[in-house]
Amino acid sequence: MSQAEGVLRRPRPLWSLGLLRSEITTTFRRWRTLALLAVLAGVPVLVGIAVKIETGDGGPGGGGGQGGPAFISQVTHNGLFLVFTSLAVTLPFFLPMSIGVIAGDSLAGEAHGGTLRYLLVAPAGRTRLLLVKYATTLTFCLVATLVVALSALATGALLFPLGEVTLLSGTSISFGEGLLRALAIAVVVALSLIGLAAVGLFVSTLTSSGIAAMATTVGLLITVQILDTIPQLSAVQPYLFPHYWLSFADLLRDPVYWDQLQKNLGLQALYAAVFGSAAWARFTTRDITA
Amino acid sequence: MPPARAGRWPVAQPYDMGEPMPQQPATGPGGMPPAGEWAIETRGLTKAYRGGQLAVDGLDLVVPRGSVFGFLGPNGSGKTTTIRMLMGLIDATAGSARVLGQPMPAAGRRVLPKVGALIEGPALYGYLSGRENLRRFDAADPDADPRTRDARVDRALERVGLGAAASKKARAYSLGMKQRLGLAAALLQPRELLVLDEPTNGLDPQGMREIRALVRELAADGTTVFLSSHLLDEIEQVCTHAAVMARGRLITQGTVADLSATVLGSPGPGRLTVTTPDPADAVRVLKEHGLTGLQTTDDRVTGELPEADDGTGPPELADINAALVHAGVRVRGFGTERATLEDVFVQLTGEGFDVAG
Repeated sequence: MSQAEGVLRRPRPLWSLGLLRSEITTTFRRWRTLALLAVLAGVPVLVGIAVKIETGDGGPGGGGGQGGPAFISQVTHNGLFLVFTSLAVTLPFFLPMSIGVIAGDSLAGEAHGGTLRYLLVAPAGRTRLLLVKYATTLTFCLVATLVVALSALATGALLFPLGEVTLLSGTSISFGEGLLRALAIAVVVALSLIGLAAVGLFVSTLTSSGIAAMATTVGLLITVQILDTIPQLSAVQPYLFPHYWLSFADLLRDPVYWDQLQKNLGLQALYAAVFGSAAWARFTTRDITA
Repeated sequence: MPPARAGRWPVAQPYDMGEPMPQQPATGPGGMPPAGEWAIETRGLTKAYRGGQLAVDGLDLVVPRGSVFGFLGPNGSGKTTTIRMLMGLIDATAGSARVLGQPMPAAGRRVLPKVGALIEGPALYGYLSGRENLRRFDAADPDADPRTRDARVDRALERVGLGAAASKKARAYSLGMKQRLGLAAALLQPRELLVLDEPTNGLDPQGMREIRALVRELAADGTTVFLSSHLLDEIEQVCTHAAVMARGRLITQGTVADLSATVLGSPGPGRLTVTTPDPADAVRVLKEHGLTGLQTTDDRVTGELPEADDGTGPPELADINAALVHAGVRVRGFGTERATLEDVFVQLTGEGFDVAG
C-alpha cells in the first residue's frame, strides 16, 4: 500500500458522476428491470395481434370506434397508430406500476439489503445519492416509454400498413412527421411520470422495506386513479397527478392544443418539487439503522 | 471524562482526555500519535431510541492515532450504535464526536474517504459479482480515482484472499466470503482509520488468523484500527488499547496492559501459580514469603505476590522456588499469570461475558 500516492491525488468533480453511471448500469442489468421492460414491450405486441385477429376474421373492420383504447380503430389503416394506442393502454397502469417498482425500491431496497450504509460511509453523500436515485428513476421512465413506443412501432410496421397520418383534426401529415410526433408523444408520456417518480422516491425514504415501498407507491397510484374517476371529486381532480396524463393525444391535433399539455407538465413539476423536497428533508435527517 | 456515572463499577482511567497519555503505547513503526490528536474522540455521546431507552449513555471515548483499539462489550451493549454515530449514519441525541480531528457527522464528506468501515456485517448486492460490488462501492466515493479503480479493486480482492472468487455472484458467497468482501471494500483506498465491527464473524479459525494478520499488517503501516468485538481473546491478541462497554456505558478504557493491571490491582508481579503434588506444604512456605489470597485447587496453589511498597522490594521468584524445594515441596510448575481480559471483564461487570446487557 502506498499511502502517499493516495493522499496526493486530487478528487475531480467529474468523479462524482461515477455513482450515477454505476447506478444506471446496475439498475438496467438487474433481471427485475429487464423483466419489467419485457412486459412493457409485450403489451403492444398483444394489442397488435389482437387487433389483427379481430380484423382478419372478417369482422366489421374492428373500427367501431366506440369503446376500446384511444386510436385503436385507426391501427388497421396505419401501423403508426399502434404507438399511440399502446401508450394510451400502458400509461394508466403498466408504465406507472413499473415506475413505482423502481422508484419505491430505490432507497428502501438499499436499506433493506444494508448496502445503503456502505454507500453512505463511502461516502456517497445523502443529497448526491438521492439525486442519483431520482435521475436513475427518470432515466427508467424514458427508457420504459421508449421501449413501449419502439415495440409498438415494430409490431405496427410488421402487421399493418404504414403511411400518411390523419390527425384528430382531420388534416394529414407525412409519415416522417408522424414519426416525429410519435417521438414527441413518447417524451411527453415519460415526463408525465416524473411526478409519480418523486412520490415513489419519497415513499422509499420512509421505510427500510423495498417491498413495502413498492406496494405503497403502486397502491397510491391505484387509489389516485380511482379518485380521478369519481365525478363528485371533480374539485380536487385537477390536482391529482394522473389527471392530465392522456392529454398527450393533443399533440395529434393541428394546431396542437397546448393547454392541457402545459397543465400536465406543470402539475408534474409541482409534484416533483414537493415530493422531491419531502424526500430530501426525510432522507438527509433519517437515522440509518438497517 | 468518564465519571463516576459508571456507578458500582470501578473506573480505570489510565489517561486523561485533554492531556497526552502518560505512557505511549507501542504502536508499531511510525505509529506515534501526534500529541493531543485522537483518531476518535467523543464527549458525552448519547443515543436514545424512541421510547427513551438509552442505547449509548454519555460516552467519552478516546482512541489514540496509530493504536489498534479494541471496543469490547457483549451483544447489545451499544457498540454498533456508537459506530453508527461515529460514521454519521445516525444522529446523536446529545454529545459530540470527532473522527480524525473533525466533527462528525458535519465533516463526513472530508473524513469518510479516509475511513474504511465494516459495520454490523457485510452487505452486498447479491446479483452482482464480488468485483462489481467493490466497483460500485468505490464509485460511491467521490475521492476515488476511476482510472485506478480496476487495479485497486483487484488488489483489495487479493488482499483478503478472494482473487479466485471475484467473478462469482455475491449471492453464492459463504458468510466468510461475504465478510472478506466487506473487508475488501474497506481497503479500497489507503485509509487513516479502519472501523471494523466484528470482522471475524462467520470466519473459520484459519480465516480469523488471516484477518488478525491483516489487521496487524495494516496497523504496522500506521493505520489506526478500531476493532469492535465480543471475542475477548481476539482483542487480547491484536489490540494495543481497549475500551469496555456494558449496557450503553463505557466502563473503562486504556492500554490492554494497563487494563489488566489496574483493574486487578496487581500492577507489579501479579499472581503466582505453583503446581505441586504437595499443596499443603506449598501453602505454608508461600505464606512465609508474604503471599496473600492463597487458593488451592487440586494440585494448583495460587497467591498474590506481596506489594513492593514496603521497602523490601518484591521477593525474587527464584528465591521462592528455591525455598519451596528446600522445604521438600516437589514442584511441577511455577510461574506468574497475567490477568486476561476475561478476568477484567468479569471483575468490572460482575457478570459473565456472554450475558447481554
